[in-house]
Amino acid sequence: MSVPTIAVEGLGFSYPDGTVALHSIDLHIHPGERVALLGPNGAGKTTLILHLNGIHMPQHGSVAVSGLELSRDNVMEIRRRVGIVFQDPDDQLFMPTVRADVEFGPRNLGLEGDELDERVDATLETMEVADLAERPPNHLSFGQKRRVAIAGVLAMEPAILVLDEPTSNLDPASRRELATTLRALDTTLLVVTHDLPFALEMCPRTLVMDEGRIVANAETAEILRNDELLKQHRLELPYGLSIAVGD
Amino acid sequence: MAGGHVHALYRHGESALHGLLPQTKIAAAFLFVFAVVATPREAFWAFGSYAFILIGLAAYAGLGIKFVATRMIVEIPFVIASLAFPFIAGGDKVTVLGIQLSQSGLWDMWNVLAKATLGLLTSIVLAGTTEIPNMLKGLDALRVPRVITAIMGFMIRYLDVVLGEFRRMRVAMRSRGHDPKWLGHARPYAASAGAIFVRSYERGERVYLAMASRGYAGHMPRSTIEPAPATQWLGVLAVPMFAWLIVALAWWSL
Ligand SMILES: Nc1ncnc2c1ncn2[C@@H]1O[C@H](COP(=O)(O)OP(=O)(O)OP(=O)(O)O)[C@@H](O)[C@H]1O
Ligand SMILES: [Mg+2]
Repeated sequence: MSVPTIAVEGLGFSYPDGTVALHSIDLHIHPGERVALLGPNGAGKTTLILHLNGIHMPQHGSVAVSGLELSRDNVMEIRRRVGIVFQDPDDQLFMPTVRADVEFGPRNLGLEGDELDERVDATLETMEVADLAERPPNHLSFGQKRRVAIAGVLAMEPAILVLDEPTSNLDPASRRELATTLRALDTTLLVVTHDLPFALEMCPRTLVMDEGRIVANAETAEILRNDELLKQHRLELPYGLSIAVGD
Repeated sequence: MAGGHVHALYRHGESALHGLLPQTKIAAAFLFVFAVVATPREAFWAFGSYAFILIGLAAYAGLGIKFVATRMIVEIPFVIASLAFPFIAGGDKVTVLGIQLSQSGLWDMWNVLAKATLGLLTSIVLAGTTEIPNMLKGLDALRVPRVITAIMGFMIRYLDVVLGEFRRMRVAMRSRGHDPKWLGHARPYAASAGAIFVRSYERGERVYLAMASRGYAGHMPRSTIEPAPATQWLGVLAVPMFAWLIVALAWWSL
């Protein structure tokens, strides 16, 4: 089997105020996989993904990205490999124009000149925001901001793209269009979401987290059919929907 | 443009002034303002020439009288302050319509008003033809330290976000029956300013996380700078050069 893109072993973490956010997490994601991470509010999803690029350092256990184990000396390389798109795009878009924002990451990687331009143009194209390149982010619609935020991270060509609640605040049409765009990427993907139909549409495999533990790891359709499991962990399909057997 | 107060200083247009590279415009504007300030106050004709040049440029860029006039409003506090000079300054007096006015006070008033107005007019022409991101690029090209341009960029970027939060908070207060009529009712505003500060601080932390996640290690990358061709520098700097010529003449003819 290939070297996993993400290998988390026995990861434990508590916040300075004593809240234990993660208990001994084990997690493997292989190249090319698209995995959903579900769980109720406060389950520890955001805390977990902040470990994947070394914003938090493991207190117990380890995190490795494509075989490289996270340590203080290699955070920069780990951050190059793991691209995280945060929940609020206003936090992510801090440069004066869309283009400058998408350039930010690649410039930090040392790209310049034509190579930089090509990378940025290609990424803007992929996320279908090329026509917004010279606009300041202030007045973009929420859906546009989200796409630009993803472009900014994608431009670093990470080994894995991690999205924290990519569909929150999107209208149904923007949500569908985003799913289409994301499905066309061949990047390895970890999607944190409360949007179960989106998980089903995007990700063949799903992890369920609750109270700092991974409580389920299976095919997405199988998890969404397990009413017992969903109920136990405060997960709900939208009213009136159920997953057909053999989907 | 909806909610466009950040861009309220800029007017979209296609004039050659809009098309110039920002660094040449910024440099020219600075040199022009210095010339205005260095002009002896007695040289009325010099101030007239400056006004003529600036009004000409504004008209050429299609800024329009209303656009310029509404942006001149910020000068009002200076106008009011300087109107007091003739009354409070000492020295020789002149009598105008039966009122005793200080001669040196009148000169001071004229000096401040003329120079402030021309300086403001210069900024309006510059800002009216240069979009904010380009302004930052121009400052970058002029080798203004990157920390300063980066902080300016952040301020401009997040001004909208913070104002938006303040507006929403005010709407929420009003919706729950708060109706501020006099100063005694200002307390909830003060409290909300505190809340906005905390939120802004937390946002700052999140922005930092997002920056760190994209490889930020303490140095903002410089933007790609398009160097201005020598002909453009010469053409644009001709305007402040002319102004400095006027300064020289004005001092010589005193
Ligand atoms: N900075 C912090 N200090 C102390 N405790 C924190 C901090 N951030 C999160 N927590 C706690 O850690 C636990 C996990 O939080 P986390 O944000 O990871 O949850 P989440 O699964 O992302 O939730 P949500 O779905 O609401 O985003 C929660 O109990 C939360 O209260
Ligand atoms: Mg979260």
